[in-house]
Amino acid sequence: MLITDARIIKQEEILPGFHRLTLAAGEVAAKARPGQFLHVHCAADRLDPFLRRPISIHAVDRQRGEVALFYRVVGRGTALLAAKEKGDQLNILGPLGRGFTMPPGKGKVAVVAGGIGIAPLYFLLQELGANKISADVFLGAATGQQLFFGSEITGLGHNVFPATDDGTAGYQGNVVSLFARGPSDFVYGCGPAAMLQSLCRVIEKHKIRGEISLEERMGCGVGACLSCACKTRGQEGNCRYSRVCVEGPVFPSGEVVWS
Amino acid sequence: MTPAAGGMVNETKLKLAVHIGGITMKNPVATASGTFGFGAEYAPYIDLNQLGALVVKGITLQPRAGNAPPRLVETTAGILNAIGLQNPGVEEFVDKLLPGLAGYDLPVIVNIAGDTVQDYGRLAARLGQEKGVAGLEVNISCPNVKKGGLQFGSGPDMAAEVTRAVKSATDKPVIVKLSPNVTSIVAVAEKVAGAGADALSMINTLLGMAIDIKTRLPILGNVVGGLSGPAVRPVAVRAVWQVYQAVGLPIIGMGGIVTAADAIEFILAGAGAVAIGAANFVNPRATMDVLAGIKQYMIENGVQDINELIGAAHS
Repeated sequence: MLITDARIIKQEEILPGFHRLTLAAGEVAAKARPGQFLHVHCAADRLDPFLRRPISIHAVDRQRGEVALFYRVVGRGTALLAAKEKGDQLNILGPLGRGFTMPPGKGKVAVVAGGIGIAPLYFLLQELGANKISADVFLGAATGQQLFFGSEITGLGHNVFPATDDGTAGYQGNVVSLFARGPSDFVYGCGPAAMLQSLCRVIEKHKIRGEISLEERMGCGVGACLSCACKTRGQEGNCRYSRVCVEGPVFPSGEVVWS
Repeated sequence: MTPAAGGMVNETKLKLAVHIGGITMKNPVATASGTFGFGAEYAPYIDLNQLGALVVKGITLQPRAGNAPPRLVETTAGILNAIGLQNPGVEEFVDKLLPGLAGYDLPVIVNIAGDTVQDYGRLAARLGQEKGVAGLEVNISCPNVKKGGLQFGSGPDMAAEVTRAVKSATDKPVIVKLSPNVTSIVAVAEKVAGAGADALSMINTLLGMAIDIKTRLPILGNVVGGLSGPAVRPVAVRAVWQVYQAVGLPIIGMGGIVTAADAIEFILAGAGAVAIGAANFVNPRATMDVLAGIKQYMIENGVQDINELIGAAHS
């Protein structure tokens, strides 16, 4: 949990609107766990936009002391972030939040990514690969062009199964329905809320276990402001609002109560 | 003093302590309720002992789940929130959270909120027994709860009634937090002072709302929320100025303070202390940065004692 001015090493526009930003941040790289996020000050020299932006850690190179973010330009904050260049400083807070846990036992591991949801899952796939765990990776996107990092993921020792809405690559249709065809024992997911909801339904139906990473509007990122509320179910079945920033952003799939 | 009057100051003997209705703060920088959790959340980033006071998240008699999300919208140089007073309730606060603050050398001020006048009295009686509580901040003006809250803050007579209920239930210093969502904040302040408040804090958030033009629906789960952040600062400075002029009580000023310059503006307007709110979200060290900047300003302007600056803009 550090506040750091990190130097930008690389800012790559992988597709229009999709950026990968690499930072020199040795201490963050050493501490970060897959599923954690950085709270990024996109405009530290001004009061508007006011808040930081929570962006999940996409990849880590501990030896080089580098941390990468993969993000989509969706608003004022990410537009300012995308305008930053190599050599600029970026004020970051983190690593924050509760990340993914390593799979229990030796069962089959699946990773299901919807669109930009691949961002935190890539870091997880790096860690799984480093632990000699090979996962089936179901990569979903609107169109083939937006299937990111397929060959890199294969290079980490995983099997990639693409799905696109328009059928321009791989299976035509929903990535969750592609995943639902094959058996697995432990599932990791990240993507749009509707996709995660249907993924949780499949996990429950197949009586398997999994973890999903959620996104929510955040204020402080450290558990103080209670803005990033997500309804969760406790072990006694009672519901409450959990803080995505500290109790999440990764939750056991069965804990999340969908509205 | 006049700005030119400053001579040499002894930097090691800067006098930063202020007195707010019976609470002595070692410096004028506090946290604003709801923006700093219960302190522990920010302990990794700052030494809590360096704060003038810690004002914790609003506490109610019973636990509250809070509002459905979304609870936060960023607006121009500000934020709208509708948390809905999510808190564990007074008993769990006393049992589990308050003991964790006992090791710190700073006044802990507990913000209390109720649905009825009786609730406030009960909360004050309960918290009044706790040694670890230095004072109470009475939230008569949260815009995000449907029952109570705003109604109390809106009417001067009801605000006075709540103040009397709290004062008669405890000997602890009572700070009443005023809402800007009223016709005359001075009228409320005068009534509250007459009812025995020891100090005032202002301002709570401004009632606002935001609509998503794509879905054509309100963004917040609660529809309306409270606006805070730099956007509201001039409104808050004006409120402090007017109330300082009309009422003799010490004031904790807040509303969009980000820098030491912002804080000094409040002090000059009449605030005896300041609270940092939304800025904590952006900069977890905001309180410490503001404090360092206040000291710097004092040194540069020949101010030996911070109390010389309180209300100094009223010439």
